[in-house]
Amino acid sequence: MKIGSIAELLGANVIYGNNMLDCEVNSACGCDMMSDVLAFVKDQAVLLTGLCNPQVVRTADMMDMRCIVFVRGKKPSEDIVSLAEEAGIAVLTTDLRMYTACGLLYSNGLAGGNLA
Amino acid sequence: MSDVIKFHFDVDGENFTSAGEASVQVKKLLRQIGISPDCIRRVSVAMYEGEINMVIHANGGVADVLVDDEKITVILADKGPGIKDIHLAMQEGYSTAPDNVRSLGFGAGMGLPNMKRYTDTMDIESELGVGTTVTMTVNINK
Repeated sequence: MKIGSIAELLGANVIYGNNMLDCEVNSACGCDMMSDVLAFVKDQAVLLTGLCNPQVVRTADMMDMRCIVFVRGKKPSEDIVSLAEEAGIAVLTTDLRMYTACGLLYSNGLAGGNLA
Repeated sequence: MSDVIKFHFDVDGENFTSAGEASVQVKKLLRQIGISPDCIRRVSVAMYEGEINMVIHANGGVADVLVDDEKITVILADKGPGIKDIHLAMQEGYSTAPDNVRSLGFGAGMGLPNMKRYTDTMDIESELGVGTTVTMTVNINK
């Protein structure tokens, strides 16, 4: 699935990464606990989260993820967005709740991927 | 590459926002010297969890990363309160982190287990009231 399609399906705003909308991603994970992301993510390229702080970007960067979707209408601050820019990670925001956002992506073919 | 390459970082314990900056730097530096992506991820995740621990529990500390032909060694040293029961601290889900840390996405008792999970060796030396030194190695070409 392209990052652009994720934005479309979730009615998301692209805060950063308009140049990455054609980038293909194959799996995603939804999680608010960053240590669990670090423990269980293997090759998931998209992180959906309701947590909104710079550690989200660093965690995604550590796991070589390409796209962060902030759910439940969370708005990342400028320092969060600039960290994502530096790391080359697209940042999307959606008003949808975690369950709905994950469900929409999953039912449209974006898989959960493998466990680490 | 016969010499040992060394990197040194001070981990600021004052604010949680900057925690992980050293790990991001290490990730870039290891990429520049041609370490494999898998190896880089293991080192940087382990170090990142360690950095977070130092900020949460020990008001910061120092991080040294040594790269030789065979392995990458990460040494994290702090002058924090020390770990009372290392065996217990290694159990997934056991945490002494304050509640406010949990609202930041950490403090779930996964830090030390994650560090062990991603490294080939991990050694913890800790003395109550003196500090803790964690030494981790990740083999290159594994």
